[in-house]
Amino acid sequence: MGLRVENLRVYYRTLSGYVRALEGATFAVSDGEIMGLAGESGCGKTTLGHSLIYLKPPMTYMEGRVLLDGQEVPIWDMKRMSEFRFRRISLIPQYAMNALNPTRKIGRMIADLLAAHGVDFREILPELKRRLDLVQLSHEVLNMYPIELSGGMRQRVVMVISTLLNPALLIADEITSALDVSTQRAVCEMIVEFRNRGFVRSTIFITHDMSILYQIADTIMVMYAGQLVEKAPTEVILRSPHHPYTRMLIASLPRVGVRHRQERLQGIPGAPPRLLDPLPGCRFRDRCPVAFARCAEVPPFVEIEPGHFVACWQEI
Amino acid sequence: MGRYLGRKLAIYLLTFFFAVTIDWLIPRLMPGNPVDTMVARMALRADVAEVLRSYYIRAFQLDLPLWQQYLNFWIALSRGDLGISTWLFPQPVIAIIYRAVPYDLLLLLPAILLSWIAGNQAGAMAARVRWLDNTLLPLSYILTATPYMWLALLLAWALGHVAGLFPIAGAYSFNIRPHLSWLFIRDLLWHWFLPFTSLFLVMFGGWAIGMRNMIIYELEADYSRYLEALGAPQRLIRKYAFRNAMLPQITGLALQLGAIVAGTLATEIVFAYPGTGYLILQAVQNQDYFLLQGCFLFIITGVLLANFTIDIIYALVDPRTRLGMTGE
Repeated sequence: MGLRVENLRVYYRTLSGYVRALEGATFAVSDGEIMGLAGESGCGKTTLGHSLIYLKPPMTYMEGRVLLDGQEVPIWDMKRMSEFRFRRISLIPQYAMNALNPTRKIGRMIADLLAAHGVDFREILPELKRRLDLVQLSHEVLNMYPIELSGGMRQRVVMVISTLLNPALLIADEITSALDVSTQRAVCEMIVEFRNRGFVRSTIFITHDMSILYQIADTIMVMYAGQLVEKAPTEVILRSPHHPYTRMLIASLPRVGVRHRQERLQGIPGAPPRLLDPLPGCRFRDRCPVAFARCAEVPPFVEIEPGHFVACWQEI
Repeated sequence: MGRYLGRKLAIYLLTFFFAVTIDWLIPRLMPGNPVDTMVARMALRADVAEVLRSYYIRAFQLDLPLWQQYLNFWIALSRGDLGISTWLFPQPVIAIIYRAVPYDLLLLLPAILLSWIAGNQAGAMAARVRWLDNTLLPLSYILTATPYMWLALLLAWALGHVAGLFPIAGAYSFNIRPHLSWLFIRDLLWHWFLPFTSLFLVMFGGWAIGMRNMIIYELEADYSRYLEALGAPQRLIRKYAFRNAMLPQITGLALQLGAIVAGTLATEIVFAYPGTGYLILQAVQNQDYFLLQGCFLFIITGVLLANFTIDIIYALVDPRTRLGMTGE
């Protein structure tokens, strides 16, 4: 069944008006799918990820539905969402290294959190220990304070905590951004391993780093300025992207074997729009080389071949 | 832990040495000398006064060179001898201070502890209740900016003089002698209320502001957001935030102790409350070196001891300090 999001619109309420950070997102993530969510800073990928679990002011829910395994998720209702958080939908935050209470032993903190969800710590302890083994942490960490661990160890602890109750949906928000490449690789392998072992069913892996998604994602969804641009299986999006933005994004990645001394790396001219008062229609059109009159209307996110969605008038 | 305490203890001993030296020096830098004041008070014939004067100067060893006076002072101090008061001659300074200290403790301990507890609770509540934040916060800013002495005067004037609800001087009524009975205790509390309230209110404001800001900071911290995202109840998040916000407040208590004691001095003078503060005023006015030294010595010791206790408590409650000590 997996996750289904229909026409989700989330804005930020600010003093100078609404910041239109997420505009009418419609997509699905199937069971067992690791969906990479890519885009540059400020494109709304974190807004999308967080709105699925923790829609807190100044984030404002405007419209749309979220269905998890066919069941409506009341993302606009902070109270009712408590039942979903952690048990059904979980999050590994961007700040995973600082996500633990510095003055509480890690085991005690986990016990407090589990008790709040009505789970007995002692019952789950054997499973917790197995998972610590899996991410190569000693059982001793449960008896330690966060400052006694390295940043990488703390992040692994958080990964284990977040997935402890086998959520149906895991949102991993920029979890590799602050890591060196070898640790990035280990973290990515853990995400795949968690999926393979059934600890989590669907994963939304948010990152700005396309090369990481190539390694772990089954599908990639690209966002631009709050709008969905393209979603397709990883191979497809890297080999034959359809949306002009995705094409330019892929073209701007360095490739193995190309000497960039001779061939300058391509960038995308221009800058993303301000989301307080964006262009109507396709928000990429003022930077788009193939834009035409119709782009003043919002292009629909249509399936041009099975599993490949594009929001571009050129494709219709 | 042992090394940490050892190092702290060494620092405190050094502080004690310098503080006591300054304490000894300051009265001697005042113009005039205690014996002149003492002899003048006796209103004797000029020649008798001169004889008495030279006798007292020798008796108090004020004719010795300064370095020898200083040395003698340390030697006497090591025997627990603080000298004889010139103001209340011939009572020993120790005895005078012993009489005053209970009143200090009666005023200081409840004022510090209750304001600290109540301020922390009120600040934590203000951090989550908007109307309380809008009322308590400005009030706290005013209170904490108020000099102790000024609020004491204000209360004495409003509740003591105008409304006539409370007495404005002394620790108990002049017609009662200290003894253990309900009558005396009631009278004591009645006299105690105004000085206590003036101290309590000023300190309360400071603690409430500190706690409110710390709690907001902690509730915005990454660990709070993570717990919220994982659906932890507000109760748990607030509990964590409160515990963590308490740590700087404990440090704050240590830092504030000196100022609080100084504030008490002013309050005691306003209400003629017979604690050390009141004694210090009398000692200065009468140029009583020995009493002044004794009072300051008592305050120095008290503040240092309290700070040392807080250091120990801090190490016990904050794992980061505790682990940092062994990890070195």
